[in-house]
Amino acid sequence: MNLGPEHLIIAPILIPFFAGALMLIYDERQRRAKMTISLVAVIASLLAAIELLVRSKGSALTGGNDIGFYLLGDWAMPYGIVLVIDRLSAMMLVLTGLLALPVLIYAAAAWHRQGQHFHSMFQFLLMGLNGAFLTGDLFNLFVFFELLLAASYGLLLHGGGQLRVRAGLHYIAINLTGSLLFLIGVSLIYGATGTLNMAHLSNLVPFLPDDRRMLFHAGAGIMGLAFLIKAGIWPLSFWLPTAYMAGAAPVAAMFAIMTKVGIYVILRLSFLLFGADAGGSAGFGAPVLIAGGMATVIFGLLGVLASQGLGRMAAHLVLVSSGTVLAAAGFVLAGASSSVLAAALFYLLSSTLATSALFLLIEPMSREEGGIAALLALTADAYGLDEREEDRQPEVGLAIPGTLTVLGLSFGACMIALAGLPPLSGFVGKLGLLQGMLGQSAMTPALSWAFVTLVILSGFATLLGLVRVGIQTFWATDGEPPDVLALEIAPVVTLIGMVIFLTFKAEVTLDYMQDTAEAVLQPRIYTVGVLGAPRAADQEEDDEVTE
Amino acid sequence: MEIVLSLAIGVLAGSGVWLILRPRTFQVIVGLCLLSYAVNLFIFAMGRLTLGAPPIMPRGGFINPAAYADPLPQALVLTAIVISFATTALFLVVLIVSRGLTGTDHVDGQEREP
Repeated sequence: MNLGPEHLIIAPILIPFFAGALMLIYDERQRRAKMTISLVAVIASLLAAIELLVRSKGSALTGGNDIGFYLLGDWAMPYGIVLVIDRLSAMMLVLTGLLALPVLIYAAAAWHRQGQHFHSMFQFLLMGLNGAFLTGDLFNLFVFFELLLAASYGLLLHGGGQLRVRAGLHYIAINLTGSLLFLIGVSLIYGATGTLNMAHLSNLVPFLPDDRRMLFHAGAGIMGLAFLIKAGIWPLSFWLPTAYMAGAAPVAAMFAIMTKVGIYVILRLSFLLFGADAGGSAGFGAPVLIAGGMATVIFGLLGVLASQGLGRMAAHLVLVSSGTVLAAAGFVLAGASSSVLAAALFYLLSSTLATSALFLLIEPMSREEGGIAALLALTADAYGLDEREEDRQPEVGLAIPGTLTVLGLSFGACMIALAGLPPLSGFVGKLGLLQGMLGQSAMTPALSWAFVTLVILSGFATLLGLVRVGIQTFWATDGEPPDVLALEIAPVVTLIGMVIFLTFKAEVTLDYMQDTAEAVLQPRIYTVGVLGAPRAADQEEDDEVTE
Repeated sequence: MEIVLSLAIGVLAGSGVWLILRPRTFQVIVGLCLLSYAVNLFIFAMGRLTLGAPPIMPRGGFINPAAYADPLPQALVLTAIVISFATTALFLVVLIVSRGLTGTDHVDGQEREP
């Protein structure tokens, strides 16, 4: 067995797994060692993801979409379990890595001291995320989902305190119920079709007899509910603001991508199973996605306007972002052009980075109000931490000068990106969405216009809400500016730098998204690529024959 | 056999859903357990019900697949049991912590105003 480049596909799963397991051996006091291992693991998986992204661009023959696959245990398709990488999953892997790095550095400033095993849980969360993006099999998807959820339960409770435990209780109960729905859906699909492999399913769906199709639709619908809970669609989203608000800053920032896992799975499965070629199942679920997505945007924008604190506002911004992408996906499923999907993917990328930065900004911005000090004191109480312990030392590190200026500029950049104002990337994404929606004739004009109006309104609401908070924090303050460590502001600046970079490279990125969207709309590329996956054993036999 | 199994799944799922909607954390966790039993039985039933049929086929030769039980749902059930066991244990810990921190076993961490 060689360790050739084809094994790189499993690297984004294995690296966090081994790093997380290794750190369990270390004592909680050896933070520097843990931090080093964590950083190395995150950088290594990010590099692997970038290499996979470059590779999946592939040759022009398959529409510039090269399907990579990895047969676990070398079982023949479609019986074995398979990992699949294509443009969409490679993009999500890179996004995960790009988020994880700044978040980890932010956590190094203070948060990773506030509880047990932060770094291990963080790595297991990454493993679950990467696995969910890579897997090509429904049951494996369930396993990776459970993995990332189990890690997220731990991370949400990280730091302790009554608020977190209360939010965590709801979060866990909701997600356990969601997992049970997932299982019911998976088993119904298995009962109706006899397979759980996504590519195989995609081939079988057009030829299902009608009585089985009913069962299959029921299964897909119930399973879809589980993903929509994660994506935070209205009315399944009431748990989300409280949970995201309660999480520690780096945890909430990482959770910004958790809703995107739900969206990713919805995108992947909808277009594989219910695409234009799917016979009697074509377009299944599109009305739900459109209506639910638009309702989510409305709920989110009302929430943004009604929120008093920045935390709750940021959580509602997550809802606005996922609602917009879900509705756009529904429109594309119902027949809108691929450019809408491309713009939606671009918007997803930019809004995830910007919300993440905003979540990291919340804590430094509200520090002067005594919020964090009170919170940390509460944490120390809950943990029974001794005052003499080294944790209680004053924060050591480089405090940056001109704190308010840096914070204000970062906050302004987040606001511009999220509201979709020029010149940052949010504007490019929203403009693409509007252009795509108005340029095509497949949809009822009333519905397109309603969506366009909502996208613009949500931008206004975002601007209004954030400006209000900004004025309160930066202009109407008196007293000393807060002490913010360079270690805490650097990740925020990095994330905003990524948004700015995305703006400069908008054309390249949009081209990539356009190809991705076209590949997603042609499930044939995916299924042929996966089902044609040759086994390593067969290849060796072939080699022997040719020799 | 079909009617017994479907009745069992129905009763378990029904009681589970009822208990999940109750306001006490203990009721919620018992409800989640019952619901996961129902789901496990349901996965099992999706592999079709057979009596006395082994799930593993012998090697080689012609065999009649109809004489064997479907092994895949059995494997899925095993995985599902392990995962739901672990997450329920975790939920139990959070439940006890919440009881300790808030002094009440209400799911919202506070009793409703009378």
